[in-house]
Amino acid sequence: MNGATVLAILAMALATYATRISGFLVGHWLPDAGPVRRAFDALPVAVLTALIAPVILSGRAEMAGAVVAAALALRAPMLVALVGGIVTVALVRAMG
Amino acid sequence: MPNLFSEARAGMAAMLPVALAALPFGMLFGAEAARQGLSVAEALLMSLTVFAGGAQFMSMGLWADPAPWLALALATFVVNLRHALMAASLSGKVAAFTGWQRGAAAFLMADETWALAERRAFGTRLTPAYYFGVALTLYVLWSISTVAGALVGGLIPEPGRYGLDFAFPAIFICLITGFVKDWKALPVIAASAGTALVLHATVPGMWFVLGGGIAGITVAALLPVGRRA
Repeated sequence: MNGATVLAILAMALATYATRISGFLVGHWLPDAGPVRRAFDALPVAVLTALIAPVILSGRAEMAGAVVAAALALRAPMLVALVGGIVTVALVRAMG
Repeated sequence: MPNLFSEARAGMAAMLPVALAALPFGMLFGAEAARQGLSVAEALLMSLTVFAGGAQFMSMGLWADPAPWLALALATFVVNLRHALMAASLSGKVAAFTGWQRGAAAFLMADETWALAERRAFGTRLTPAYYFGVALTLYVLWSISTVAGALVGGLIPEPGRYGLDFAFPAIFICLITGFVKDWKALPVIAASAGTALVLHATVPGMWFVLGGGIAGITVAALLPVGRRA
């Protein structure tokens, strides 16, 4: 292994760990109620939505796949919704 | 106390479809690392120690010989800042873990692991056995696929051809629908998606995740309490 490469990889690992552990360290200061608590309770939905919004709205196939996946997710197991979304995207792309 | 073994198995079962969807991306990363001149061992070392897909792909775009370690570390920190928010949200749910378990849980907290852990904590108590069942399943498969990709290189099919690149958006859509229990989620989703779209179109990098997330939770904090749908 190359020294500079290993150094760079370990520096990246440290940077990643710093972001993850810092959240765990500040988390127990959170209040039990009030606006800050509500903000953190909404965090999973807010971050997940932000993560995928640009991809979903990037084209017709992605929008169709998102609608199918969301509709299936409300009443079927996750795997069915996952496959339904992927197949929809592949079909719409194949139709051009 | 719930059975350790059944909790771990439930975690592994929840992650399995997600980890299978990650396999082509692990292989793509391994192939790209080989193209940038990393050895198989170096590519594996990165997947084992950094374990953050977005940052790993980003680093391949910045790679040079010798590797610019400071620039890579800073860029990785920025790309992964969203994990500080995610971990802060999860920290109350891992409060019963031992200190050592919390340290390991942070090390393994990739996007998908975090999302499945939050989903579990939404319905029931999140146990260390469930968490590590989820986390280690992804960790092992990500590492194996990295090695496979570095070895076979250019033979890997483009995931977009079969719609497989849509696997992660689809998984996250399923998880979001699981969290939504009343109308209050809708303004949060609208603020988060709208901000993410604007930032994605105007600012390079992963800032759209952080900015969209902050917009969403700000709306949640400002929403009136106690009103019914």
